[in-house]
Formats: sequence, C-alpha cells, structure tokens
Amino acid sequence: MRRRRCYYRAIRKRRDLSPVAVRKDRIRKARTVLICVLRNELVRLPYFLDYYRAMGVEHFLFVDNDSSDGGGAFLAEQADCSVWTTAASYRRSRYGADWINWLARRWCCGRWVLCVDVDEFFVYPFCDTRPIQALTDWLDGSQVKSFGAMMLDMYPKGPITRTPYEAGRDPMAIACWFDAGNYTIARNWLYCSLWIQGGPRSRMYFRDAPAQAPALNKVPLVKWRRGTVFVSSTHLVLPRSLNQVFEDGGGEKICGVLLHAKFLDTFAARAREEAARGEHYAAAQEYRAYADRAEADADMWCMWSEKYINWRQLEILGLMSKGNWA
Amino acid sequence: MLCHEAPDRVAQVARHWSEAGCPIVIHLDAAVGAREHDALRARLSDRPNILFSRRVKCQWGRWSLIRATQMAAETMLERFGNVSHVYLASGSCLPLRPPDDLHRYLDTHPGVDFIESARIEDVPWTQGGLDHERFTLRFPFSWKHRRWLFDGFVRLQRRMRVRRRIPRGLTPHMGSQWWCLTRETLDAILTHPRRAEFDRYFRLVWIPDESYFQTLVRLVSERVESRSLTVAKFDFQGKPHVFYDDHLQLLRRSDCFVARKIWPRADRLYAAFLSGPADGAGSATPQPGKIDRIFSKAILRRTEGREGLYMAGRFPRPDRIKATTSARYCVFEGYGDLFDDFPDWVRRATGLRTHGHLFAPERAEFADGHTMYSGALSDNPTLRDYNPSAFLTNLIWTTRGERQAFLYGPRDTPDLDRIFPYDPNADVMVVSGAWAVRLFRSDMPFAEIRQRATLLQKREDAHLQHLRSRWVKARVRITTMADFVEAPEEALQTIVDDLSTRRAVQLTEAPRMVDLSGFGQFLQNLRNVGMHPYLMGDFPTEEPASRDVPMVRRPYVAR
Repeated sequence: MRRRRCYYRAIRKRRDLSPVAVRKDRIRKARTVLICVLRNELVRLPYFLDYYRAMGVEHFLFVDNDSSDGGGAFLAEQADCSVWTTAASYRRSRYGADWINWLARRWCCGRWVLCVDVDEFFVYPFCDTRPIQALTDWLDGSQVKSFGAMMLDMYPKGPITRTPYEAGRDPMAIACWFDAGNYTIARNWLYCSLWIQGGPRSRMYFRDAPAQAPALNKVPLVKWRRGTVFVSSTHLVLPRSLNQVFEDGGGEKICGVLLHAKFLDTFAARAREEAARGEHYAAAQEYRAYADRAEADADMWCMWSEKYINWRQLEILGLMSKGNWA
Repeated sequence: MLCHEAPDRVAQVARHWSEAGCPIVIHLDAAVGAREHDALRARLSDRPNILFSRRVKCQWGRWSLIRATQMAAETMLERFGNVSHVYLASGSCLPLRPPDDLHRYLDTHPGVDFIESARIEDVPWTQGGLDHERFTLRFPFSWKHRRWLFDGFVRLQRRMRVRRRIPRGLTPHMGSQWWCLTRETLDAILTHPRRAEFDRYFRLVWIPDESYFQTLVRLVSERVESRSLTVAKFDFQGKPHVFYDDHLQLLRRSDCFVARKIWPRADRLYAAFLSGPADGAGSATPQPGKIDRIFSKAILRRTEGREGLYMAGRFPRPDRIKATTSARYCVFEGYGDLFDDFPDWVRRATGLRTHGHLFAPERAEFADGHTMYSGALSDNPTLRDYNPSAFLTNLIWTTRGERQAFLYGPRDTPDLDRIFPYDPNADVMVVSGAWAVRLFRSDMPFAEIRQRATLLQKREDAHLQHLRSRWVKARVRITTMADFVEAPEEALQTIVDDLSTRRAVQLTEAPRMVDLSGFGQFLQNLRNVGMHPYLMGDFPTEEPASRDVPMVRRPYVAR
C-alpha cells in the first residue's frame, strides 16, 4: 500500500519538474546513473562531479530546486548532466524523494541508480582500484539488488568557519575527521531495515534527545525496477527486500560509507537559512538544533576523532565491510 | 573456449593463444546476437588456427553446456590432427603464464589428464543440499529461471521416492568444469561405445558440466591428476570469484596457468598478462594457495563476520551469535563500594584498563577522568542510556587490543544486567550487598536510605538471578559481602591470578578498604525499621573495628 502510494505520488509530482537540459541518448546508454536534488550548492559542484566521474558514473540527473547561485546553468552546460528545475516545495515532495522516484522510474529502469546529496561522497570497498561498474557487475552476478551505506559525518578540527571551502577542492581535505565508534543501531521491523544513529551530530546537537538524532542508514545504490520507490529520502526503499542490506545471521554483507562533508564553513549560514525556510525533515528540527548551537561555531573535534585515510581504514574500524567481495 | 559475453576479450585471449601456436575452437553461446558473432568471426578471420563450432544456447547448470563442449571438442580433434592436449577454457579465463610454459609443463607430465574429479561422498562443496541426488533425481527444469518448478519437482521426487539408476560401471565424480585432457582420453570419451547411453543419462543430471567428463574420465583414463590447471574459486553461493586489476600481483605470484574469472573490464590484467614475454617463470609449479587464502577469508567474513561488531552490514539477532562483544572484559560489582581506589588498584595489579561506574546515573566514569573515550564515545548519560548495549559493544570494539574492566552496581543503568551475564567474553566478579556501604556512608535522612536500600536490593537480586541462570555464559564469581570481608586478600589474589594480563604475580599492595565500623549496626537499624537486607550475607552486628587488608605473605606458588 505504502509503496503504491509513493509510486503514484511520484508520478503526480512529475508536474513539478520542468526540463532544462535532458540528454536522452546519453541517459539511455548509461548503466550507472546518479540522481541528486540540490539547492544553492554551486561551490560544491565541481568537485562533486569530478569525484563521481572518476568513480565511473556515466550520467548525472539533477533536480535543481530553485537555486539562485547559477548552479542550474553550470550543470546544464555539462555534457554528462541532465537537469530539471522546480520551484515547488522540497518538503511537499517528501524531501525530494518524489522527484527522485519519478526520474528514476522514467529514465533509469534496469539501471543502477546512485542517489546522493551534493555533500555526500560514496565510498565502497576497493573504490580506489575498481570503478563502480565492477561493484554493480558483481552485485548483478550475486543477484543483489541494493547496496547499503552508513552516512559518516566528517568535520574539521577547530571551528568550522576557520578554513573556507573553495570550489573544486576536496572537502575531505578540510573536514577529514570522523567518529569511529559511537553509533547505535536498532532494527526497523516495519521496513526490514536498520536504524542507525550516532556520530558527532548526535553527541553535539542531540545529546539531550538522542532519539531525534538524524538517521544514518542509507541505501544509496539501487538497481531500479518499475515500482521501486524511496520512502523517506534514501534511508528507506520499497519493496522492503531492498532494505535488507545487512546480515542478521552473523555474517557481514558488503556495504559502504557515505562521507558526509556537510560541516564546512558554509554550514552555519546554511543552518540559519534552512531553519527559517522550514523545508527540511520535521520542520527542519535538525537545522534548528544546529542553528541554536552553530552560532557558537562549535568545534566537533575531540581527541578520539579519527582522521580519514581511505576505505581500508573504514573497513578495519568496522564502519563498512567487503563482505565476500575480494 | 566456451564464451557467452565480452566478445572483445574473447578475441583478445584467443589471439594470444593462437599466436603462440595453439589451435582454438570457440563456442559462442547462441544467446549472443548474430551481429556480435559475425563481428567476432571477422576479427579473428586472419587466424587460420581459430575455428568456431556450431552454436548452442547454453544454460547454466544444464546439459547444453556439455553439448557445446562436446561439439567444440569434436571439431578440435577432427580438424587439428596434431593436438596432443585439449584445454577447456571459458571466455573469461585469462592465461597467466606464457603458452610455452604450459607446453613445457604438459611435456613433463606425459599422458596425464588434469581434471579435478572426486567421489561425491568426499566433497563438501555442493550447494543446496543436493549432492548424491544430483545423480539420482531428474532435473528437467532450470534452477535459474524456473526455481519453483525446480524445487517443486525435487520435492515431488523425494516424496515419491523416485530414483534413477546410474548407468552400470559409472561412479559419480565431481569437480571443476575446467580441465585439460589428453587427445587419447578425450577421444575415448567422445567415441565411447556407450556414449549415447551416458548422454541420455547426463541430460537430466543437475550441473552435468561438473560431473560428465569428471565421471567418464575415470572409465577411460589411467592417469588422472585430480586438479584443475585453472584457478577458479567459488564463494559460498557457488558462484565464481572475480579477479580485478588490483589482483595483478596476487595472480603473478600464484604461478597458475589460467585464472577464471576475470572481470571483462580489468584492462590492466589483460594488458599485463597478454603482452608478457613469451617465456616467463619457466617450470614453476602452480601455487593457488595464496589465492585460496584471500577468498576463503572473504567467505568467512560473509558467513561469520567479525564478532562483536555491529554495523550497516552486520546486525545479528542475539540468538545467532556466540558472543555479544568482540573481546574479553571484566565487570566488578560491589568492589567499587568497598574500596575507594579500586579502579586504580586493578589497573596497577592486573594491567586492565579499568573504568569507574561506566553506567552511573550521573555520567560514564571513563578511566583517567576522560569525558570522551575511544571511538568518540561520550560520557553523557542520556546518550549512553539511549542504547546501553550498543555503548558497551562499541566500547569493547573500539578498544580491542586492550582489555577493559569497569564497575557496575544496582545504582547503574539497569538494562545492562541482562546483557553481560549472557556474554561469554565477560568475567563478572560480584560482592553482593556492597551497595549498602555507600548508603551507610551517605548522610541522607534514614527514611530515604531505607527506601533506596529496598530499591537497590531488589535490583541487585534481579540481576543476581540473571547471573545464576542456567543460560549464563559469563564467568561469574559471587561472594556475599560478609564472606568477602572475612578474607578479602584471597578474593583479591584470585582477581589478580585470573584476570592479570601479565604473568601471575603475588600481590604486593592491596586497595584500601573503607572503614566499616558500625556497618553491622547500620544493617541492624535497617532491619529494625522493617527492611530485610539479606544480600550481604550474615554480617555480624557487633563487628570489631574495621581493618585495612593486612598483607599476609603466605607461601604462594607463582605460576
């Protein structure tokens, strides 16, 4: 039922989107497609595109939610990007999920779809030596249809406004620290998924109400079929079997990490803006929590923070797993 | 060469073999389009020693694969009279050593058939519980495409107790699909007088490509060397592991002749192995052990995982794991109330990293007064109590390599009292009833003390029930406070002996026990107001003045 509702809702919401640059032939040829909803993220885009191009993503589908910084025009110029624009409410499209569902259904059936935000950088086992097609081919061969990843919040050492971010630079060069082992996991039996919370956001901004801390479990890579839908952002997918990206009988399934480079110098301004706009989850409750404390320009670093090196480090720390891919 | 995808790679590998003087017959799956087939033929048309056999539509695990092999082998024997050995390879096989090496190797083993062929009774690698039944049931349906029919038909045959008779004289053998047979053996199999009978039988055997040649070779060959010259590793689902660019060094060092299966887009592998010098390692024997190791590790990771780790890919149900946590740790209950400096003392005496009351209601008392701890765990009690079990497993996971210990008591987060008793990694040392010492030393009004005491005693009792349950997995040692105070040094020595991470040493220094004078009277007062403190054992009301733990130097054999 829920899936049906999301599915038809997505079809209805297609009216929100108006095409800016749609490169049909290139989308059809691509086997791995990235879908991203963004708003005023121009400064992050050059590195974002470079990162995923190097990974082997063949085409990018962007939904530009009313950017005012020229990001949409920048993307429309790229040969491997297709861009749609909308001025509709982010909140009322269920935080972008409806738009993603529609674009994926319309363009990506039978393809692997990677859904990330502009500040999320996907890391999977062997990502330094094998392109993403190696992963998707292997998943196809294993008859696995989705790939889970935990969001890992990255933060700089010292106040976040200290080092300004410039376009084209690796954000992980600035925000290179993360929390290695303070995550809590519970099972979401309704959706057969895990509910992961914790990390620096939880210990800094939600220490009095940890239950409200943002969810960190995501299913960013899905082999799309007609009828597949994201329920809430990319945290939950339906049909439910796609959420089963973890092993509950004792073993480890292959999974990755989404490096979340949200906490750059642009963050404090962003938090204030989003808190006022109220377009994010639960009336931007998360952003209000940030805005309250980010004024103090908090330092999220502590002496137990880990410095990011590569995926192997994350694998050893137990934040991701190679599963039986070797 | 049996091929069904990536015709570019097929052409590349075929050319490599053919230029080294090895004639090749390619079977391209009929499912591949005619256009690609023609393109492949055209690309290889300049090589006179590459032929194409008639195409069959191949299905995994079905007879069609054998049919394709037979036809290709017949073409090979017919058209190339000087061939002495026939090597069955697939389109995703990659030669790791120059063909000359293989020639030389085969020359040093004249008349030997390299084919993995083992009696089905002896092999553990079958998947899905079908081993002997592969040969005694009929399998007319595809497992890949008609799974429910396949399963249903198997069930039906089992219920009806249908058995096929295995042709007389055949002993079912199984092994890797990829072999290297001598001309004589292959010829004998293909021209066997009873071939029609065998073919009829194997047509309905499940996965005949792993048993047809493997079984028949035993009929006709004298010298079977039961191993495959192709490295092909299978994972726990029975599908082959794939090699990528980053396996280059591994494959180089393995000295194997052919590897399967190679990812078609592993450009570096193809470039490195197909352009290598004509003669390389010479006569080295294949050493697939190195490759085995990483793949068997991968399988273990997938089936067992890292113990005590909870993450996005591993969240075992409590009943499916051996241990909740990843490493051994100790829990001290009551000791913190009896001794003021107990954590420090444990640290000095045993080398354990000893925290205070990690689950205290005020904050998590990490060792050395830290407010954060390994893995960026926060001492905030709300965060900790949001998921206390995750707090514990996280702490033990992120500090692996250094054994942890902490104090626990009935004041602390109660959820934990049913977690560590069932964890085989825990050593639990209990002095029951010692929580009363803290009340005894506090200056709360007596009425409140009484209430507290009732609550704490109830909690500790419930916890002790867990510790005494039949299902307990931790190593538990419970003493009542009265017994402990009688002979504290013995108990402390036991701690050092059992838990010390260093070599056993004799205790030289004891922790300072708190002043217990008047404690008996305190208990009596509690009794007098109607409470019944019983967990501390028979504590004498008239106790002589308290004492420090005397350091008795008894003869003690250090191990």
